[in-house]
Amino acid sequence: MWITWKAPSPNNFNPAADPGLMRMPKSRGGCPATLMKKIQRLEMEGISKSFHGIHANKEISLSVGSGEILGLLGENGAGKTTLMNILYGLYQPDAGQIKINGSPVRITNPMESILMGIGMVHQHFMLIQNHSVIENIALGYKDTPFFFPKIKIREKVASFSRQFNFTIDLNQKIWQLSAGEQQRVEIIKALMNGADLLILDEPTSVLTPKEIEELIIILRQMKADGHCVIFISHKLDEIMNICDRVVVLQKGSIVGSADTGKTDKKTLARMMVGRDVVFNISKEKLAKGQEILRADQIHVTGDMGLPAVKGVSFDLHENEIFGIAGVAGNGQRELAEAITGIRRIDSGKVTINGKDITNLSPRHIYDHGVSHVPEERIRFGIAPGLFLYDNAILKQHHLKKFSRRYFLKYNDVKTHTQGIVDDFKVLTHSIDNQIRNLSGGNIQKLILGREISEQPRLLVASHPTYGLDVGATEFLRHHLLKLRKQGSAVLLFSEDLEEIFELCDRIAVIFAGEFMGIFDSDDERLCEIGLMMAGSKRI
Amino acid sequence: MEEIIISTLQRAMVAGTPLLLATTGEIICERSGILNLGVEGVMALGAVTAFIVTMTTGSPWLGVLAALAAGMVISIIHAFTSVTLQANQVVSGLALTMLGLGLAGMVGKPYVGKPLTIKMEDITIPILSDIPYIGKALFSQSPFFFMAVGLALVSWFFLQRTRLGIQIRSTGENPKATETQGVNVFLIRYMSVIIGGGFSALAGAHLSISYSKSWIEGMTAGRGWIAIALTIFALWNPGRAIWAAFLFGGIFVAQYLMQPLGISPNFLAMLPYIATLLILVLISLKDPRKLNAPAMLAAPYKRGER
Ligand SMILES: Nc1ncnc2c1ncn2[C@@H]1O[C@H](COP(=O)(O)OP(=O)(O)OP(=O)(O)O)[C@@H](O)[C@H]1O
Ligand SMILES: [Mg+2]
Repeated sequence: MWITWKAPSPNNFNPAADPGLMRMPKSRGGCPATLMKKIQRLEMEGISKSFHGIHANKEISLSVGSGEILGLLGENGAGKTTLMNILYGLYQPDAGQIKINGSPVRITNPMESILMGIGMVHQHFMLIQNHSVIENIALGYKDTPFFFPKIKIREKVASFSRQFNFTIDLNQKIWQLSAGEQQRVEIIKALMNGADLLILDEPTSVLTPKEIEELIIILRQMKADGHCVIFISHKLDEIMNICDRVVVLQKGSIVGSADTGKTDKKTLARMMVGRDVVFNISKEKLAKGQEILRADQIHVTGDMGLPAVKGVSFDLHENEIFGIAGVAGNGQRELAEAITGIRRIDSGKVTINGKDITNLSPRHIYDHGVSHVPEERIRFGIAPGLFLYDNAILKQHHLKKFSRRYFLKYNDVKTHTQGIVDDFKVLTHSIDNQIRNLSGGNIQKLILGREISEQPRLLVASHPTYGLDVGATEFLRHHLLKLRKQGSAVLLFSEDLEEIFELCDRIAVIFAGEFMGIFDSDDERLCEIGLMMAGSKRI
Repeated sequence: MEEIIISTLQRAMVAGTPLLLATTGEIICERSGILNLGVEGVMALGAVTAFIVTMTTGSPWLGVLAALAAGMVISIIHAFTSVTLQANQVVSGLALTMLGLGLAGMVGKPYVGKPLTIKMEDITIPILSDIPYIGKALFSQSPFFFMAVGLALVSWFFLQRTRLGIQIRSTGENPKATETQGVNVFLIRYMSVIIGGGFSALAGAHLSISYSKSWIEGMTAGRGWIAIALTIFALWNPGRAIWAAFLFGGIFVAQYLMQPLGISPNFLAMLPYIATLLILVLISLKDPRKLNAPAMLAAPYKRGER
């Protein structure tokens, strides 16, 4: 636990003693006096920013003080990340100013914001994929020594992450980690610097409830120590739980704010989406249909060359949603990749409708009616530099409806894309737009649209609601239930237990590559799911 | 026979020296994500500068310093176009090669064919140089040889074992993420390109004031391109570059040895490139991740883009 943890006092932070020569920015911006002083109050006044003539932020003013946790809410594409990137110096605002302790500052790049005492966990992981965990932490940590950084900070990092209950081999490369593990590395990286103002942009999207609890404890501790925190999340429960005050954005403007003590989830959701949101959807009972997927004694090797999935067997039927619950890094990613053909299956057999698809290519597996929502949308879900309409047919370009011999039928492709954009309410100024310009949630919506709209026989989805706002989450859950009703099967991987319980007919708990048990969703033994996820109980 | 082995080994070391210098420079540069195809030109400029300064001042060390400075200064052009202007690095690098070659030819015109009488004394390490066979080749060599090996080792140490090294490598892998961690990506890239250029110029200085002790146009003879191939062959690791450079140096020497045996020198001249292709294919077949190429090599980085 975190009781021993104490944020290094920023007053002792002397950049002149900082051995990293390259981190010394020329302070072009704010006056030097504010540079060294602890942030007591941060104000943003009248901030506007537009991209290609479309406002991402419009006249936004907010402030956060020492010892306060401010929640930032808003639909996908409302402009939360943009606003925080401006604060962190990644973007320059078109208008407006930022004040620290009452005096205006200009933040032109992250070096300056870090020196001023601002830290940030980014929505899309800012990690070097080919480097090890320790190298990534050494890069961002402000007290990294010049010589032998990896050796010298190892002990510090290890003890720090132990407090976070975060056991990971620090020598592992980032690309070998699952999304949940990467998110934990990001959080540790930011927390270790103990910034005066900590910005957290959807830090919990792929964490388990227990990990979220631990993060909340730390944030409370930081609050008690007088830090300012800005917290962005789509999970209203945790917003209600830790934030003192929330500000709601809609289409780039502030539409409301409230003290969390004087409001409730429903009101906040209405403020965000402009209508009532149903949080608890109920699914109707459906009889299982024919068997669609059968996995028999699957063994898969992970990126470290060790077994990641060890003899997993299960079956999945029409009209069924099958959930796999577990802490990230217990073989979920490898299992999903094995079934969809991205990763080799060492032994065992996978069949779809009785046909053997073991180790077929992803394309052929797709042709058997299996679609896949991967856990890391930027790396595996899209080609960031391509346009929306290219991304909308990534695995489908060879289908008759999109191509004739060697040529793509771009008119049909664009009509199809526009359909997805309309149905899934993807917020974009046009489909002739590079997909990387979309907000995180909107990228996710396009991927979901691509994978679901074709009425798959089997949908393999890894945290499909990753980064979706409450409205979109509700829409997606309904959509998954609709698929189920229409006779498809869904294999759902999620760290979010609530989601699993709400949607699934059967639930398997995975630990260290093995199933600890498979249960019907109304099975009473599931109350011990926490123990099973930790591997200390097997049924 | 013994004589031949010893002299071949010795000449392989000499031939490998400029390759190692230039390769180490290129590795640093590419690790920061900038592809510099200007090595050949910078090398030529370094050669001519070192030659002229040594000739006029009489001090080879002043020549070396001048070459270093010239190489660093001319590389600023490449840093400016590829880092500040975010232009195409291939085009800019090729332009640098042409500029360097042209400039060297022009400045060096009056000096063509003049012999250099000032000599740089070989450094001989006592005891070690008495080891049979390898002693003389490894421990009685020009100062450039020791400088090349020393710089390669230091570079390896810096890239792998210091914070600056992590910053340089991270910049080549993912400049955006690196910048969000408070690193000045632009400064890192400028610095790497300039240091890389300095190393290439040192390679040129070796050619003109130590190896052939004269200047003629075209004396770099494609060594700059071999250095670029070597960078890949060494998988962007200065430590590996050491033996790789001397291996390639050996191939260089073999050209002359094998000519009497009827093996075409053109074939041997191809060998470094074939070896590089081969190693690329072999590693890609086994595990492409081992290739280690900086992920964002040659990709311009614009701030404020997603
Ligand atoms: N660099 C950019 N170029 C073009 N458009 C951009 C850029 N950055 C952001 N936008 C646009 O600005 C709008 C706001 O995006 P932003 O990422 O701030 O949303 P968000 O509130 O963080 O959403 P989410 O909850 O999905 O993360 C989006 O419509 C997005 O397409
Ligand atoms: Mg966002």
